[in-house]
Amino acid sequence: MKPAPFAYFAPRTLPEALSLIAEHGDAGKLIAGGQSLAPTMNFRLAQPAALVDLNRVPELAFLENDGRGGLRIGAMTRHRTLERSVLAAQRAPLLHAAMPYIAHVQIRNRGTIGGSLAHADPAAELPAVMVALGARFKLVSVRGERWVAAADFYQGLFTTALEPDEILTEVAVPAAAPRSGWAFHEIARRHGDYAIVGVAATVQLDAAGALDDVKLVYLSVGEGPTEAQQAAASLHGQAPTPARIAEAARLAAHADIEPLADIHATAGYRRHLIEVLGQRALSEACARAGAAA
Amino acid sequence: MSELYPVAVTVNGIQVAREIEPRMLLSDFLRHELNLTGTHVGCEHGSCGACTVLLDGEAVRSCILFAVQVDGQSVTTVEGLSADPNRLHPLQVAFQEKHGLQCGYCTPGFLLTLAPFLAENPAPSEAEVREVLSGNICRCTGYQNIVDAALLAAEMLRSEKGG
Ligand SMILES: Cc1cc2nc3c(=O)[nH]c(=O)nc-3n(C[C@H](O)[C@H](O)[C@H](O)COP(=O)(O)OP(=O)(O)OC[C@H]3O[C@@H](n4cnc5c(N)ncnc54)[C@H](O)[C@@H]3O)c2cc1C
Ligand code: FES
Ligand code: FES
Repeated sequence: MKPAPFAYFAPRTLPEALSLIAEHGDAGKLIAGGQSLAPTMNFRLAQPAALVDLNRVPELAFLENDGRGGLRIGAMTRHRTLERSVLAAQRAPLLHAAMPYIAHVQIRNRGTIGGSLAHADPAAELPAVMVALGARFKLVSVRGERWVAAADFYQGLFTTALEPDEILTEVAVPAAAPRSGWAFHEIARRHGDYAIVGVAATVQLDAAGALDDVKLVYLSVGEGPTEAQQAAASLHGQAPTPARIAEAARLAAHADIEPLADIHATAGYRRHLIEVLGQRALSEACARAGAAA
Repeated sequence: MSELYPVAVTVNGIQVAREIEPRMLLSDFLRHELNLTGTHVGCEHGSCGACTVLLDGEAVRSCILFAVQVDGQSVTTVEGLSADPNRLHPLQVAFQEKHGLQCGYCTPGFLLTLAPFLAENPAPSEAEVREVLSGNICRCTGYQNIVDAALLAAEMLRSEKGG
């Protein structure tokens, strides 16, 4: 249970961090909170030759108003900072509501937004939340910078759009539209454990009270954040009645997603949770958007 | 053995400096370099909470932090929990009073998780106590007495403050 030897670098600026990670490329690794990386190094599942520590790069730790009603979140923002932030509660209530579900307080004190998004654990809350919010990630390297939508960032099991020399530096969460609503639900065996199934929902109503944007994004049911697209499409242009919501949740569980069994739950139990949690999340999100019941 | 790196940390109010391998876990630094064996190691992969210490006042797991990373910062272990070395901290008194420990292996982690929690939330509900303790595993007590001890400690700290 001890990590293999490695060289350690603690850059003080982003340009310094970028050239270090470019230099050490595949053999090196960034360390943010270390709450996922250090355990895998202790197990020697990861044996990076060099660690580039982002904890001393102050320009990566910020949480601010984007001037357009949304949020800019620096990659090194700790989970706990977002959990305690009034600004986050106002500007991104879905994100704020999901924070306490992430691990335990000792881990949230150290773990970071950027680390969680880059790690891309299929059972993690934040990737699903960011897809539901339509967030975008800024990826920077010595070669330049680019913005990638959360939905395009996730490409498979623990696989993202990040190149080995890139650092995820910032997350842009857009302002919530008028008449929009959100909800987050998850079931775990014990508070703070990875979810058996979780779901983030966002909905938007048009002037007539019909749904014109729906996102229903699950965690822990596939290789990454999983959008229930047929469920969302079935609600498009419809008034959100309880019967339509129930049918959408049924589609999520039976048409969109093919859950797998593992030591925590059977596929059948997961399917049941997909339907129940999907229905709850959609009803709650529509109620928050101000839909007539 | 790989290259050694200098690290200077304030541990329980005392400045210490060492040269260490970067792969040395903070838990091993405390136990093996400083002989502060009150910090216990259960799982060594961030799951059990036994190794919880305070880093600049916040509870963190010392088995998934590298000691080089805390250069210049301050760490509090169970040995430094009570300001007065001849007196137990109210949390420790409450754990004794309510039988919040049996073998005691998990206890330092519980104490250091609770200390900053009670400073921030002096009058927690039982549900809040259970939630903040969700990351600490105890194989002996069944948790009930630990929760009772936490609630008693909160009461003791409140009356200490209120005078
Ligand atoms: C017991 C336990 C329970 C947990 N439970 C949960 C849970 O319920 N839900 C949950 O979501 N998470 C959980 N976690 C994980 C925790 O949330 C981590 O904080 C998170 O997964 C990783 O964030 P980090 O900052 O610690 O990243 P690190 O561990 O430092 O890094 C993770 C990976 O991301 C890369 N990386 C980090 N930052 C960047 C960046 N800015 N740009 C590019 N790459 C980067 C690293 O190179 C590494 O590969 C748990 C962890 C533990 C130990
Ligand atoms: S020893 Fe650190 S969490 Fe178990
Ligand atoms: S008292 Fe023995 S593990 Fe908690």
